[in-house]
Amino acid sequence: MPQNAEKVIDHEMLFRQPEYTELFENKKANFEFGHPADKVAEIRDWTKSWDYREKNFKREALTVNPAKACQPLGAVFVANGFSKTLSFVHGSQGCVAYYRSHFSRHFKEPTSCVSSSMTEDAAVFGGLNNMVDGLANSLSLYKPEMIAVSTTCMAEVIGDDLDAFIKTAKQKGSVPAEYDVPFAHTPAFVGSHITGYDNALKGILQHFWDGKAGTAPKLERAPNETVNFIGGFDGYVVGNMKEIKRLFSMMGVEATVLCDPSDAWDTPTDGQFRMYEGGTTKEQAAAALNAKATIVYQGYSAEKTAKYIAEKGQEVVTLNSPIGVTGTDKFLKELSRITGKPVPDALKLERGRLVDAITDSQAHLHGKKFALYGDPDMMLGLTQFLLDLGCEPTHILATNGDDKWAAKVQALLDASPVGRDCHVYPKRDLWHMRSLLNTEPVDFLIGNTYGKYLERDTGTPLIRIGFPIFDRHHYHRLPIWGYQGGLHVLMQILDEYFEALDANTNVASKTDYSFDIIR
Amino acid sequence: MSLTVEETKARNQELIAEVLEAYPEKTAKKRAKHLAVHEEGKPDCNVKSNIKSLPGVMTIRGCAYAGSKGVVWGPIKDMVHISHGPVGCGQYSWAARRNYYIGTTGVDSFVTMQFTSDFQEKDIVFGGDKKLEKIMDEIQELFPLNKGITVQSECPIGLIGDDIEAVSKKKSKEYGGKTIVPVRCEGFRGVSQSLGHHIANDAVRDFVFDKTDPDKNKFESSPYDVAIIGDYNIGGDAWSSRILLEEMGLRVIAQWSGDGTLAELENTPKAKLNVLHCYRSMNYISRHMEEKYGVPWVEYNFFGPSKIEASLREIASHFDDKIKENTEKVIAKYRALTEAVIAKYKPRLEGKTVMLFVGGLRPRHVIGAYEDLGMNVVGTGYEFGHGDDYQRTTHYVNDGTLIYDDVNSHEFEHFVDKIKPDLVGSGIKEKYVFQKMGVPFRQMHSWDYSGPYHGYDGFAIFARDMDMAINSPVWGLAKDPFAA
Repeated sequence: MPQNAEKVIDHEMLFRQPEYTELFENKKANFEFGHPADKVAEIRDWTKSWDYREKNFKREALTVNPAKACQPLGAVFVANGFSKTLSFVHGSQGCVAYYRSHFSRHFKEPTSCVSSSMTEDAAVFGGLNNMVDGLANSLSLYKPEMIAVSTTCMAEVIGDDLDAFIKTAKQKGSVPAEYDVPFAHTPAFVGSHITGYDNALKGILQHFWDGKAGTAPKLERAPNETVNFIGGFDGYVVGNMKEIKRLFSMMGVEATVLCDPSDAWDTPTDGQFRMYEGGTTKEQAAAALNAKATIVYQGYSAEKTAKYIAEKGQEVVTLNSPIGVTGTDKFLKELSRITGKPVPDALKLERGRLVDAITDSQAHLHGKKFALYGDPDMMLGLTQFLLDLGCEPTHILATNGDDKWAAKVQALLDASPVGRDCHVYPKRDLWHMRSLLNTEPVDFLIGNTYGKYLERDTGTPLIRIGFPIFDRHHYHRLPIWGYQGGLHVLMQILDEYFEALDANTNVASKTDYSFDIIR
Repeated sequence: MSLTVEETKARNQELIAEVLEAYPEKTAKKRAKHLAVHEEGKPDCNVKSNIKSLPGVMTIRGCAYAGSKGVVWGPIKDMVHISHGPVGCGQYSWAARRNYYIGTTGVDSFVTMQFTSDFQEKDIVFGGDKKLEKIMDEIQELFPLNKGITVQSECPIGLIGDDIEAVSKKKSKEYGGKTIVPVRCEGFRGVSQSLGHHIANDAVRDFVFDKTDPDKNKFESSPYDVAIIGDYNIGGDAWSSRILLEEMGLRVIAQWSGDGTLAELENTPKAKLNVLHCYRSMNYISRHMEEKYGVPWVEYNFFGPSKIEASLREIASHFDDKIKENTEKVIAKYRALTEAVIAKYKPRLEGKTVMLFVGGLRPRHVIGAYEDLGMNVVGTGYEFGHGDDYQRTTHYVNDGTLIYDDVNSHEFEHFVDKIKPDLVGSGIKEKYVFQKMGVPFRQMHSWDYSGPYHGYDGFAIFARDMDMAINSPVWGLAKDPFAA
């Protein structure tokens, strides 16, 4: 009998018991009518070939295992970053169930969000009634101070007009006329989750700065000495935002984080569920117009927002997820330049410690080849850090990165002697990456949880950095930005390096001469 | 602590009144019909169901696409399932349901892959049919061992007037009669996942059964052929069920749809009996097979030894004495295991209360397993149940049980806060809410990454998991130690 009450056997081992392996064999042999084993092996080997790679890269229509999600996910992220704000997605309800699940699987935290639950009748007549009833229900049940509206592709395809709908809903008394309902159209068939972040954030700023959809006077900019910070869509927001705020404080700069979900996704277990926690307040959002400058830490996440802010007369500094020494240097130099405040000794000490850590470890990493995929900004930040470490970022891929992004990565590679044999792949997916890893193998892969399938299929050890991370816990709690964040990234890379080395040298009397105790 | 049945009923009615107070009047009136206290002897649970969720109310429900791609079709391992439309739907449901299978992924099996047409604006404006044709060609070239293709429609498909049926037909012909299944499971159809199940069932009928070449899979029938219907092999559930049916002497010719293949679907009408676990998602095709092919079906429940025993005997009653005798032997064989499991865990779980909110069959089916461990389910409800589910539920729940259909976050949180059960069983969206409230929780969709929970082997894991959820030392740490 396979199971055991004394020591309960889990799925991992249960199905390896002979009773089950026999069951699998019988099922396969008698009922599945599958392909013969040699045929499967033949095709499997072919999928690893250059011939397959060429055919795979000729794909024009099919996307397989993409590294991107859709716009409204980014909009939900943004709404979650504002104080006592309810995220309201106008359209089909299943989408909202997906966004909530997706974030909860990554952060291991609740994610609140409502839908206007449009169905067939709304598809025919439009979703106005859903908006009218939905806003009223949301306000009375969840008592938010603001409801941030975005859209699913259903509402976009039928052409629902959020501005008009919200105005009508207010006329019908769903919510008071002066109640804040910023909105953004976030069609899933344009861009990706980072585009949705951009649209939603711009929608909120526009709401407060440009007269609340015609219900209040436009704000006049009165410049002050504060600095705005926009992080962009960030799976590490819980750790990163705390680190960024610490850096601002060390620099003595008064900063306003525009969109800060780092507390909402980091509430304690103490007997109380907090639906709303932390976040940028409405007052802060409005006052942000007066800031001296805005730092956009991930430019591809906020292209339109950055342009909009610049048009208001603010200086906007756009970065691309700076990671590690050079990256953080750049961020702090910009901050110092904008504010006129010098980088304090305490931060120089942190920097020195990160450089120290790299000198301790660089011999292990120098010349190692990496493949990496993820959002375009993070790819730029990681590429720079890998180059700092003397590593070769051999394959750099982003499903939601375009040709301009690729040129930017190429410029980084061109500027470094180790970047010569490295290549950038815009608008490609993880099935392309599989071909790259099979035909031009590398030492390590950097990516999100879905990279584990590539690790299994190609034997390339996976270092989990990205979004989503579903199968490891708590990574999002630690920063990857700032010098401290650089140290975490370095440690993650080293951990995987040493694990791989140990795993490759642990066969007794065969390979364990290299099973060194000191490395 | 312990209330009488009458006190419980009064308390539950009071709780219902309390949650309704927070709604605008119109909404309160609508939600009132979904909340009730079970009265023993009544034919159903006195709630309305399968009705639209209300806008702006945090429903837990999903959509028709989730019901078709996520539940029914997705687990069929040797077919490529295209999430047809924008990238999100396929991305969020990618490998999230733990439908275990054996196969070489990307070569002859495709379950944990995300095939999407990744619609762009031009596809919305000009239509996606040409793109879909090309996608099918590319699948044929790059995944030559696929046995068939399904097109899982996302919202835009039905709104822009694409003719996926025509594309599928054309391509099927071009590839020598290949099985290509267009599924109209756009997310805006219906009120929940449920219509997606139905549409997916109908697609099997129309594009698999009605088009199967009878000579395709050479198949010798036996008098003991059964098919497992409505088991998605979450964490291996269908395997820990199949093993029992085989031990009874039955021959399981198909699994629907966990670890299933196209050939298994095609051969199912040859079964002597269909055994149906998830009634909600697959009763449609079971009824169809009964009407068209004369295959009877029987519902069963493989959660917990009491229900497993009754189910094994019920299934055996459709066969000869040999099977019935074997069944008694199977029951006897596993008794030592279940007695040991109960002896170990019941003392730690006796008298503990549970509140459930799940989909499909689980809001009723798992109750017996909890009762085998001495636990009481004091509240339950369905995410997307129909009237027939609530009728069936009356055989499981106790007098006075709180019933909540399509419960939303506001109601569920209030009920749990006041009733203070020892355990809540629901989904990922609910998990962290209740854990933060200090309430032990198990995900009852994904088995919280554990499982299987079906069958005798699964019951041991179920019991262990409930014990570790409830009796974890962490709950003692959640309280403020500094309070005066």
